[in-house]
Amino acid sequence: MTTPAFLSVETLSHRYGERLALDRLSFSVQQGEIFGLLGPNGSGKTTLFRILSTLLPLQDGTITLDGISLRYDLAGIRQHLGIVFQSPSLDKKLTVGENLRHQGHLYGLYGGTLAKRIEELASKFKIDDRLKDKVETLSGGLQRRVEVAKGLLHRPSLLILDEPTTGLDPNARLELWNYLQEVNQREKITILVTTHLMDEAERCHRLMILDRGLRVCLDTPHKLKSALRGSVITVQSSDAAALADQISAKLSLKPSLVGGSLRIETPGDQAESGPKLVAQIVAAFPDKVDSITLSQPTLEDVFIHLTGRRFEN
Amino acid sequence: MSTSTPSPVTASFFNTVTLPTWTLWSREVVRFLRQKNRVIGALASPIMFWFVIGAGMGKSFHAEGAPEGFTYLQYFFPGTLMLIMLFTAIFSTISIIEDRREGFLQGVLTSPISRSAIVLGKLCGGATLSLIQALIFLAMAPLTGIPIPWASLPGIIVLFFLIGFGLTALGYLIAWPLDSTQGFHALMNLVLIPLWLLSGALFPPTGAMTWVKWVIFLNPLHYGLAALRQLLISPIAAPEVSDPPLWISVGVLILFAAVLLGVCSWLTNRVQGRNP
Repeated sequence: MTTPAFLSVETLSHRYGERLALDRLSFSVQQGEIFGLLGPNGSGKTTLFRILSTLLPLQDGTITLDGISLRYDLAGIRQHLGIVFQSPSLDKKLTVGENLRHQGHLYGLYGGTLAKRIEELASKFKIDDRLKDKVETLSGGLQRRVEVAKGLLHRPSLLILDEPTTGLDPNARLELWNYLQEVNQREKITILVTTHLMDEAERCHRLMILDRGLRVCLDTPHKLKSALRGSVITVQSSDAAALADQISAKLSLKPSLVGGSLRIETPGDQAESGPKLVAQIVAAFPDKVDSITLSQPTLEDVFIHLTGRRFEN
Repeated sequence: MSTSTPSPVTASFFNTVTLPTWTLWSREVVRFLRQKNRVIGALASPIMFWFVIGAGMGKSFHAEGAPEGFTYLQYFFPGTLMLIMLFTAIFSTISIIEDRREGFLQGVLTSPISRSAIVLGKLCGGATLSLIQALIFLAMAPLTGIPIPWASLPGIIVLFFLIGFGLTALGYLIAWPLDSTQGFHALMNLVLIPLWLLSGALFPPTGAMTWVKWVIFLNPLHYGLAALRQLLISPIAAPEVSDPPLWISVGVLILFAAVLLGVCSWLTNRVQGRNP
């Protein structure tokens, strides 16, 4: 027996004039999971995020969160959602504490209850010594932490984040993800996060890859990658197109030309085929290969495999 | 006591209107007071305008219908008050444009509060800022020979707030549908400044051409100005002949503010449908 979906999106379409940004998209998110939306720019993930966050109208399709319909009960949905926007939503002229208090007031919290909740989150996110500082004096990483704390203030059941680590250095990114995972585990909060970074996508329990408004695939990152059972050979060459034809004729392989380099997926049933093929290619075309790499499939390979295009931003 | 249970928040009037209106209002005021350049910016140019034009016209000003024995600096004083309030209201609404797409307003729009609270918070905020700025300028009145009208001061304060509320609503109405602050500046020059020019701030309507007279009589700002002039000037001079009685002016201002509040709430209630 399957548990009913916590967030359910069915045949969601969205148009900007003539342009179709989301095309009959359906998926569901289970309670307690970290669900990732991975896609290049223009894939529709920001549109999806803006519809979920109630900033864009629901044109076509249905969305329900914990049984509440987004079409019929906007205020009900809003009370359940915690939102972290890609662009800062903190007022930089106000202090961290003031920002959190205003947020609490918008969600019906005030007085002692609010003060206690702010204290709780401030200590969890290690911002308790910065509550009296103006937001503009905080580092980028710290500001993001305040944004997440702000989103969690009213104890939402679903936290949605739009590329939350944009503009952060690798350390701050790692730190933010550790916080998210902790919140997910300790507070049992379901998280939906959009990203275009592969290493972040790897951290999600399940991942949906979007491309041009369509769902490309949806599964755990591990299963997505293991669908490509073999390994991936990437060849750089000054004349990649000609080399592709020659490799195809001589070695009966099917190289594809992706973003200026050659890409060959090796058969998964022969573990030793990868290194052998690399040796064969180098031996057969010593002058034409500038560089050659053999790697285990990444999520980017999954994307290329399914769309035939490089994951570019 | 356990802190892990979700806070049961009911959608009461207090939670969805009163509390958010108060919090958005206080944010406006605190922000404003922290940005000294805004306080000065909205005061400096109208004061300079007032002083240069007022001093330039000097005693040569004798427009038909204007109160007797007035210098132009005195005549122009209420008009400058209006201009200060107009500038303050405009500056407070211009932030809507940037704030809505990336900034504080995103979080406000996605919260469960009533859309009217968003409008009320902004308009009360703008009205309070206009009131503060107008009071600062009013303190300069004795320099021109206009005594501070202590007796009618409570009425003047209410009037300042009412005018500020209406002007902020006008700014809100213009700012809300716009995508860029450049567009706002264009509309400001095209609509708001002419509205002020044709309110009777610079010259009394009595001597003007007929169409100008009509524009002035249809202009809500004219009624704000007329009410201000009566409360400020009546202790020292006879009222301007063309000015409507105080109760009519205040009635028009209340109506103006109420209608705009309704339109602003309606606009805000529509979910935005633009390209991200």
